[in-house]
Amino acid sequence: MAKKQHVIVVGGGLAGLSATMKLAEAGVHVYLISMVPVKRSHSVCAQGGINSVNDLTRQEGDSEWLHLDDSVYGGDFLQHQPLVKEMCDWGPRIVNLLDRLGVPFNRTPEGLLDQRRFGGTLFKRTAFAGATTGQQLIYALDEQVRRWEADGLVEKFEYWEFLGPILDGNGHCRGAVVQDMFAMTIRSLAADAVVLATGGCGLIYGRSTMSMICTGGAAGRAFKAGVNYANGEFIQVHPTAIPGTDKLRLMSESARGEGGRVWVPRKPQDPRDPLSIPAAERYYFLEERYPKYGNLVPRDIATREIFDVCVTQGLSVEAGQMCVYLDVTELPPTVQKKLDGILEIYEKFRGVNPREVPMKIFPAVHYSMGGLWVDYERDDNTGGLVLGSPRNQQSNVPGIFVIGEADYQYHGANRLGANSLLSCIFAGLIVAPSIENWLKSQAKGSAADQPASLFDDAVMLHQQRMEQLIHNQGEENPYKLHQELGDWMTRCVTVVRNNKDLQACLDKIDEFADRYQNVSLSDKSHWTNQNLSFTRALEDMILLARVITKGALLRDECRGAHYKPAFEIPPTSADDPVKLREQAEKWCRAFKEQSDRWLKTTIAKHTPDVPEITYEDVDTSLIPPRPRTYGLKGAEIIEKTWKEMTKATPVRKPQAAAVSG
Amino acid sequence: MEEDPNGKHPMSATTHIHQTHTLSHEGNGRKISVKVLRQSDPRGGSHWETFEVPYEPGMNVTTVLQRIAANPTNAEHEHSTPVAYDSCCLEEVCGACTMVINGRVRQACSALVDSLLADSPEGIELRPMTKFKVVRDLFVDRSPMFAALKRIKAWVAVDGYHDIGPGPRISPREQDEAYPLSRCMTCGCCVEACPQFNDHSTFIGPAAISQAILFNAHPTARVERDDRLAVLTGVGGIVDCGNSQNCVKVCPKDIPLTTSIAKAGRDTTLYKIRQWFGR
Ligand SMILES: Cc1cc2nc3c(=O)[nH]c(=O)nc-3n(C[C@H](O)[C@H](O)[C@H](O)COP(=O)(O)OP(=O)(O)OC[C@H]3O[C@@H](n4cnc5c(N)ncnc54)[C@H](O)[C@@H]3O)c2cc1C
Ligand code: SF4
Ligand code: SF4
Ligand code: FES
Repeated sequence: MAKKQHVIVVGGGLAGLSATMKLAEAGVHVYLISMVPVKRSHSVCAQGGINSVNDLTRQEGDSEWLHLDDSVYGGDFLQHQPLVKEMCDWGPRIVNLLDRLGVPFNRTPEGLLDQRRFGGTLFKRTAFAGATTGQQLIYALDEQVRRWEADGLVEKFEYWEFLGPILDGNGHCRGAVVQDMFAMTIRSLAADAVVLATGGCGLIYGRSTMSMICTGGAAGRAFKAGVNYANGEFIQVHPTAIPGTDKLRLMSESARGEGGRVWVPRKPQDPRDPLSIPAAERYYFLEERYPKYGNLVPRDIATREIFDVCVTQGLSVEAGQMCVYLDVTELPPTVQKKLDGILEIYEKFRGVNPREVPMKIFPAVHYSMGGLWVDYERDDNTGGLVLGSPRNQQSNVPGIFVIGEADYQYHGANRLGANSLLSCIFAGLIVAPSIENWLKSQAKGSAADQPASLFDDAVMLHQQRMEQLIHNQGEENPYKLHQELGDWMTRCVTVVRNNKDLQACLDKIDEFADRYQNVSLSDKSHWTNQNLSFTRALEDMILLARVITKGALLRDECRGAHYKPAFEIPPTSADDPVKLREQAEKWCRAFKEQSDRWLKTTIAKHTPDVPEITYEDVDTSLIPPRPRTYGLKGAEIIEKTWKEMTKATPVRKPQAAAVSG
Repeated sequence: MEEDPNGKHPMSATTHIHQTHTLSHEGNGRKISVKVLRQSDPRGGSHWETFEVPYEPGMNVTTVLQRIAANPTNAEHEHSTPVAYDSCCLEEVCGACTMVINGRVRQACSALVDSLLADSPEGIELRPMTKFKVVRDLFVDRSPMFAALKRIKAWVAVDGYHDIGPGPRISPREQDEAYPLSRCMTCGCCVEACPQFNDHSTFIGPAAISQAILFNAHPTARVERDDRLAVLTGVGGIVDCGNSQNCVKVCPKDIPLTTSIAKAGRDTTLYKIRQWFGR
């Protein structure tokens, strides 16, 4: 390489940090940009753990193939399977690496890694570090990056905001425009690859379980610059969160795993002390409706039932605020002790001791499965990826790569618990060799050869935009506009969706976009102007809200987190075996039809007015799609019928794991 | 018995349209007085400004600051600006939102208004931490804390990131000791409370000392043990600690800082002895 080439990594969560350390190890010079010190990124919030096959589960018959199967079944088959296969193959290696980096994982008496079971699988695949796995993982990676920083290979720009990519005349990315969030100075950075690792977009929903930086601002800016956005409508809602005035804090699944029970008083808004309400007057609705799974039904079903009880049946515990009881008061102290980590969160933020008083919880927006579109290259021999291919994780804009929650891959229509930390680190590790090869191909006509005007013009544009926002005179308050957007999105585009509301929401978003033109900042200063940064992100939130809502409106089916009852295939009802078989066959035909039409990635492309939506086939070359029948009436007969109807379809056999990296 | 999520979903097309979490307006018009020590930039002087914020049940200090941002009119009915402050996770795990609340250093996101008012009904007072340069209002620059982590080599110097199997075996007891230290979120509470840490001293501070102890206990990270002890033995190291134990009292993560400091004292002594005899 003649000239020194640089890579910009935007975002220092688990994805951005793993990419940075891996690039630095290869000798690539990295500019690491983050709105907060990378150690404080949103990834610290993850509590539960990280999935991988391990020696213990292997002896129980587990394999990388089964991890792949759980992931694509859980995701309702909307993922490109080669990527998921490669990720699951890497799982054990990634956990080993984290172990070597000093993550204080919980241990067995023999000194090996302890594992717990998470939703959507039969195996104890989840490694964890106390109740703060995400924090512990990010610290280990942050430490490695600090080491490279001390060596001079990584230059950190903390408290700097990414404003947009810089594209040359051929549409190749040659750098980025960034802003110092203290001095508010805007500058350009030249680079031959920009990696976006900027996390999810929960703030579009007002309050969620996500952190304050999760606006989707960076993704919105990339989208505007031409990067496509895929599967936006798939937003995961977690069944149990603690309602709060500023944030909805997660109450982990483990509360139910250890025996916590969900209930509401049978009498609407019963004013009595919950503990004085006799058992007969309590409605343990999950246990009554799902005697087999009880309180441990999968996330999407628990979420819908809690919604149903509060909204349709009017049985919310409180009148002013939707919530149900999650009760651990009857658990023995030894079991309560196991839950200390999460019970403390409740106590700290509600000021009430959940060991003595039932917790009040309600579902909350939790994860964005959709995100910026990225490519991959499949290896036909292994069924996985061609490692080092510059196509891996590269978007449709040459030179822009996307990893972590910001990309759309790996989780399909619904994310499996504890798979996200894995996907973030995996994508970060594999993007590094892809970029190395990309840089080689860019040695001629690289960022360093571009005219200065390319960078100066980009900076000037963003400066003008900033001055325009600061001096805008209007009636609209950005914070209040954000709250309205959040309320609409939460009402129309979360748990239960229907086209009338989605259309109304889309119209409302148009109105928000118009009103945004009249926002006025209360802070007109040029020093640490947080008002400006937030208002700028609001524009991106409105942009992505439209993508999410339009995708949801067009997708007339139920898949994973996208639940539209009007398009649900009616379950079987007959008792007579012949009738039942007929119904099952009908069900399967309807399912097949639905799959043919909708087993597709939604792709949104930015245009000056409305996003243009097209669909792309999903690579299901490894595991043929099958109905996700968990809890469905007639599940057995439907599964049996489906197997018989699709018998002809050959199943690809897994091959040996791909090369290590 | 039926398990039938797909069969019975009586949610009609429109009834589910409800606010999932309504903004509570149950405060009965009650207002809380919030006094903020403001400073527009690092060079400027500071002044107090009071806001009257409508009370909401269950609110915390970050909510108070969000409400001020949405409506920055002060108690004198003058138009003001949103208060600048650092925040991210809102669940006391990232360490960003540390400030001095009613005289006590802590995180704004886990400071509940009800309990603050129970202790001091007259209102809430917010000040920036005093041991760091103020950027603006309640926002301070904690980069010296991150620089200290670099000095004490707070990392495990692995050979590389390729696949060479698992790390060293670690007993549950060792994990039990390491885990609490590893929860340090570089929030700065301990440093704020430490009488030895200030503008004029070079003291590295309790958080960094504790991190040095954490890494010195790790089987792989131990190779750089002497480098860490050299820093703790040098200027601004362990000798500067006056052992006042303020730090351990304010740590929101209950990190046994004074235990780490005592251990650092012993280890540096041994290190010095080794240096004398080694040369
Ligand atoms: C409460 C909670 C619990 C969870 N628990 C688990 C779990 O147990 N297991 C699991 O697998 N997953 C879990 N998840 C999901 C998982 O934590 C996230 O998906 C993951 O951490 C995302 O990491 P990331 O690297 O993509 O981005 P983040 O960690 O979100 O980081 C984003 C980065 O981008 C930067 N950034 C953003 N915008 C800009 C901009 N414009 N300019 C500059 N920088 C920018 C930020 O500063 C930050 O550094 C949980 C999520 C939540 C909310
Ligand atoms: S014990 Fe040492 S480090 Fe802790 S507050 Fe006192 S002087 Fe500071
Ligand atoms: S030791 Fe405790 S008080 Fe000090 S920075 Fe770490 S978490 Fe904060
Ligand atoms: S915002 Fe993270 S600790 Fe308060």
